[in-house]
Amino acid sequence: METTEKTPSLVKMFLKKMLQNKLACFGLLMIFLIVVLAIFAPLIATHQPNVMDTGATLLGPGQDGHLLGTDNYGRDLFSRIVYGSRISLIVGLGAVAVGSVIGILLGLVAGYFGGWLDSIIMRFMDALAAFPFILLAITLMTVLGTGLINVIIAVGIGNVPGFARMIRGQVLSVKEELFIEVTNSLGAKQARIIFIHILPNCLTPIIVYATMNVAGAIISEAALSFLGLGIQAPTASWGNILKEGKDYLIVAPHIAIFSGMFILLSVLGLNLFGDGLRDALDPKTRA
Amino acid sequence: MSDDSNLLSVKDLSIDFLQEKTAVRAVDQVSFDVKKGEVLGIVGESGSGKSVTVTSILKLLPENARYTEGSISFKSEELLSMKEKQLRKLRGNEISMIFQDPMTSLNPVFTVENQLVEAIRLHAKLSRKKARQEAIRLLQIVGIQEPEKRIKLYPHEFSGGMRQRVMIAMAISSSPSLLIADEPTTALDVTVQKQIIDLLKELQQKINTSIIFITHDLEVVADLADRLLIMYGGQIVESGPAKTIFANPLHPYTRLLIEAIPHGNKKSGRLPTIEGNVPSLSEIPQDVCRFKERIPWIPDQAHEINPKLREVEPEHFVRCTCYKHFWMKEAHEKK
Amino acid sequence: MESAILLETQDLEKNYTLKKKTLFGKKAEVLQAVNKVSLAIHQGETLGIVGESGCGKSTFARLITRLIAPSGGKVFFDQKEITAMAQPEVRSLRKDIQMIFQDPYASLDPRKRVLAILTEPLEIHGIKTAKERRELAYEMLEKVGLQREHASRFPHEFSGGQCQRINIARALILRPRLVICDEPVSALDVSIQAQVLNLLLDLQEEFHLTYVFISHDLNVVRYFCDRIAVMYKGEIVESGDAETIYQAPVHDYTKKLLQAIPKSIESNEE
Repeated sequence: METTEKTPSLVKMFLKKMLQNKLACFGLLMIFLIVVLAIFAPLIATHQPNVMDTGATLLGPGQDGHLLGTDNYGRDLFSRIVYGSRISLIVGLGAVAVGSVIGILLGLVAGYFGGWLDSIIMRFMDALAAFPFILLAITLMTVLGTGLINVIIAVGIGNVPGFARMIRGQVLSVKEELFIEVTNSLGAKQARIIFIHILPNCLTPIIVYATMNVAGAIISEAALSFLGLGIQAPTASWGNILKEGKDYLIVAPHIAIFSGMFILLSVLGLNLFGDGLRDALDPKTRA
Repeated sequence: MSDDSNLLSVKDLSIDFLQEKTAVRAVDQVSFDVKKGEVLGIVGESGSGKSVTVTSILKLLPENARYTEGSISFKSEELLSMKEKQLRKLRGNEISMIFQDPMTSLNPVFTVENQLVEAIRLHAKLSRKKARQEAIRLLQIVGIQEPEKRIKLYPHEFSGGMRQRVMIAMAISSSPSLLIADEPTTALDVTVQKQIIDLLKELQQKINTSIIFITHDLEVVADLADRLLIMYGGQIVESGPAKTIFANPLHPYTRLLIEAIPHGNKKSGRLPTIEGNVPSLSEIPQDVCRFKERIPWIPDQAHEINPKLREVEPEHFVRCTCYKHFWMKEAHEKK
Repeated sequence: MESAILLETQDLEKNYTLKKKTLFGKKAEVLQAVNKVSLAIHQGETLGIVGESGCGKSTFARLITRLIAPSGGKVFFDQKEITAMAQPEVRSLRKDIQMIFQDPYASLDPRKRVLAILTEPLEIHGIKTAKERRELAYEMLEKVGLQREHASRFPHEFSGGQCQRINIARALILRPRLVICDEPVSALDVSIQAQVLNLLLDLQEEFHLTYVFISHDLNVVRYFCDRIAVMYKGEIVESGDAETIYQAPVHDYTKKLLQAIPKSIESNEE
């Protein structure tokens, strides 16, 4: 019993579990590569993303020094995709941040206090969730207007009901735990019970859910841009590159293929990573 | 072993649990016999290996468990080499089990009748009507009043004690030759506990089944068990006829278990305690007396290396020689 | 030896309304969990409350700590009526009345280290500086028989007995006057039970504590308590000196309880 060895920190145990999972490592690698692309975009891009060259439109991959070819305006596709990763990441993370903060707060309040407050909040969430997501985003974008911030807000609001429902369910079970009653018996105020005891005990599934939702948000951005409601030309985003590629599917399929592939890989990476997170964070699999 | 009076005979049974990279020994060289019509009490605390030992008899251990050594023979048939199909015939038929939590052992969506009739028809080819009559008879045996009415109820409509009675009825429905009771009264109130123990005693006499009764509380089995096994850290530390052990407990663990239950009031002073904690399986010292750490007042040289069970009087076995130095406790406490 | 009354209940009641759905609409059924309980607990004594599951003893514990509100009756602590207090007052009352619960693991937040668990009560009541709180936590940890090193661990790294020690340390760090122990040893192994009981007795002497000790185990209650109140279906059916009740029970239910205690051959001779 008198072992003086320090107990391994949770972070270390978590990393160990994570590294054992090959698929999750692959996912993490994908995410890492995209983050590198986004951060070092000016260094990695071979051309200016928005500079047109009417003499070199719709070039195939590898032609004339264009790694992935050019689009209908003669812009370098590789460079556009590299810069587009910035938009995708910002929208993905930003939208999830907006959605989770609002969703978690609403879910905590609804779950902890219950009663009519719970009914009002959750019915509102149900109504929000009942809208097809893309329809909701389109409505919001029409009201808010286009632009990066508005895309983040629109996609973020679409994420709120999911987070709220999830955390409410967690709160309902955690608040019945004995240690919550004990904390109450110590004389703690409600804010302390909610934020210091209940919230940390609800976070595990939320982290996993958030990771997966980043992937969802990236797709949503692409979808909005594809519909012409998101990021406006000439700014490159994976969505609007795909949209432009659509018109040249027959003559220059590489535009749609490459932009689509990046969307696919980033989403796949995030999902695999999310799966790995779930396993690594599960206390039952922790020996 | 060819002794015909032995219904069940466990020899040198060792069971390991595989954990990531290491194997942890949960049961170490356990041997015991259960005679026909006998009640064997297995006593130990959490992590003593008592539950693992009995679940291993039915081969119901979790997937990461390995039988590393030993044999289990039931009616002179080896269970460890038996096929799953044959085993299934034994389970719930020749050998039945009742568990600690009667709440979760019954299926909440079916009535007691459904479950009891199903259990009966699993083992006997009876018509539904006949099986129902049998079910009512069983409920009567286990002391449930107005069984014709109660049989239609759902498990949640019964109290904890009643549910345990239903479980017992189900367990004896096949007239098993061996009934394994794994802490069947731990979750129940004292008055109900007494009723269940009395019931088991009565049943044992009526239908002459052998019973293995597992508990953490020595006193519960005091007037039920014929023989006792005291387990600690996966090993048997003392075994013998219940009367002998209560009259003359020898191993320090047994003695402290008996003393740790308060029998007086505060004025009689502090309770005698066992130092330290019940070790988890991976922390248990090997090759030495496993109880050593908790009886520091006994000098090291009093312990055996790799202690074996030794017969100290007829049928009374004790592990390690340290028990001879138990008297040193008083001097230790005065300090 | 009669010392001042620390806590007193007068006709304390708690009813729960169960809504039963029948074929013809809802039917309300009133369940009396605690029914007109009047008890007095004197300074420095240990009052045992014995009863079986569902008799209302845990509800009673939560009523006198105001974790739940009574349906009727009054509770006085140190002559102040706590049933009439507003929430902020109740919160500061917690410094004087603490609880220890049955399940040692579930009582601890699994995501907090022991140090954070022990300093929390002080933090809540804004007592002392962060450094002093830590020192006090270490000191308390040693008082309950654990070591300083244990402070950086998580609850799941401890055995049940050790967790209960942590719970005791947390309950006592505020130096309460009354500690309500709700089946504090019944989830523990027999050999650990005695350790924890002894610890509680040692701490009672050291800190001059008053205990309300709730248990279903008459052997333990007889050993641990000065007075016993036997509870049955929400009512106190018998109360008095522990040894008297144990030797000469009057009420039928008490007799039944005593008869049900399993007795080994040895203790029969006693």
